[in-house]
Amino acid sequence: MLEIVFPLGVSHYLIGGILVGLGISLPYLLTGIVPGVSTTFTSTWSYILRGSFFQTPGFVASRQWRLALVVGLMTGGLLYIWLFADGKAVSTSIEGWRLFIGGILIGIGTRMSGGCASGHGICGNAALERVSLVATLTFLATAIAVAKITSLVFGL
Amino acid sequence: MTRATLIFMYIGGVVFGLGLAFSGAARPEVVLSFLHLEDLGLLFVIGTALLVTLVTFQIVPHWLKKPPFGNHFAGNENLPITQRSVVGAVIFGVGWGISGLCPATSLTAVGMGNVPVVLGVIGMFLGALIYGQIRSRSEKRS
Repeated sequence: MLEIVFPLGVSHYLIGGILVGLGISLPYLLTGIVPGVSTTFTSTWSYILRGSFFQTPGFVASRQWRLALVVGLMTGGLLYIWLFADGKAVSTSIEGWRLFIGGILIGIGTRMSGGCASGHGICGNAALERVSLVATLTFLATAIAVAKITSLVFGL
Repeated sequence: MTRATLIFMYIGGVVFGLGLAFSGAARPEVVLSFLHLEDLGLLFVIGTALLVTLVTFQIVPHWLKKPPFGNHFAGNENLPITQRSVVGAVIFGVGWGISGLCPATSLTAVGMGNVPVVLGVIGMFLGALIYGQIRSRSEKRS
C-alpha cells in the first residue's frame, strides 16, 4: 500500500523537510525575523524603481537580507550537487514556456497573496496565521486541478 | 541591517536550499508528480518542515525575551483574509500547476545547475514587477 502512494520511499522527503525547517528556524531563533522568499521578487526592484509600492519601507528595509537568503538557497542547491550528485548538474524536461508563464503567474500571485508554499505553507501556518491556512488550501487545490488540466489539454 | 542578520539569513538559506534539493522538492518533475497525486512524498517535506518550524515559532518566544541578534520575535499578526489574498493564491496555484515551480525551490534548482529554471525565475521577477506597477499606479490615484 505504502509503495503505491510513496513509490520512491519517504526517508529523503523526511530528512529534506527537517533541513528546510531548520533552515527557517535558525535565522528566526537568532534574529526574530521570518525568512520569507517570494517578497524578494518585489523588494529587489526597490533598488532601481521609484514606484510607491516598491518603495514601501518594509521592502526597502529588508531587501538586503532577502538577497542574502536567496544567495543561500542557491548555494544550498550547489552544495547538494557537490556532496550528493558527483558534481553533475540537474536539468529539466519541462518546456520553457511552462517555466516562464508559470513563473510570471507565481510572481503576480505570491505578491498579491502575500506568500508562497514556504511563506504561507510553512512560515504562515507555523505562526498559526488564518489567512495562510486559507491560502495554502486554495493554491494546493488550484495547482492539483491545473496540473491535471495541463496534462489533458497539452498531453504532457 | 546588521552584518549578523545577513550572515544568519545566508546560512539559513543554505540549510533550507540543501533540504529542498535533498528532498527532491527542487525538481519540478517531483512537484508535478505530487500534484498529479502519483507520489505524495512532498506532503512529508511540507509536514516535517512545518512541524519543525511550528515548534520553533511557538516555543522560542517563550524561552527568550528577545532574539540574541534582533529586537523582537515576529509572530502571528492576525492578518485579515482578503479577496486579494485568496485570488492571489489561485493565481499562484495556476503557475505552480503549470510549471512545478515555487519561489524557493526555483532558486535552489538554479543553484543545482538547472539552467532552464532561470526562465521561471525571470518570470517571477517580471510578475512581481507587473503587480508592483499596478499597485503603485492605484496608490497614486487614491
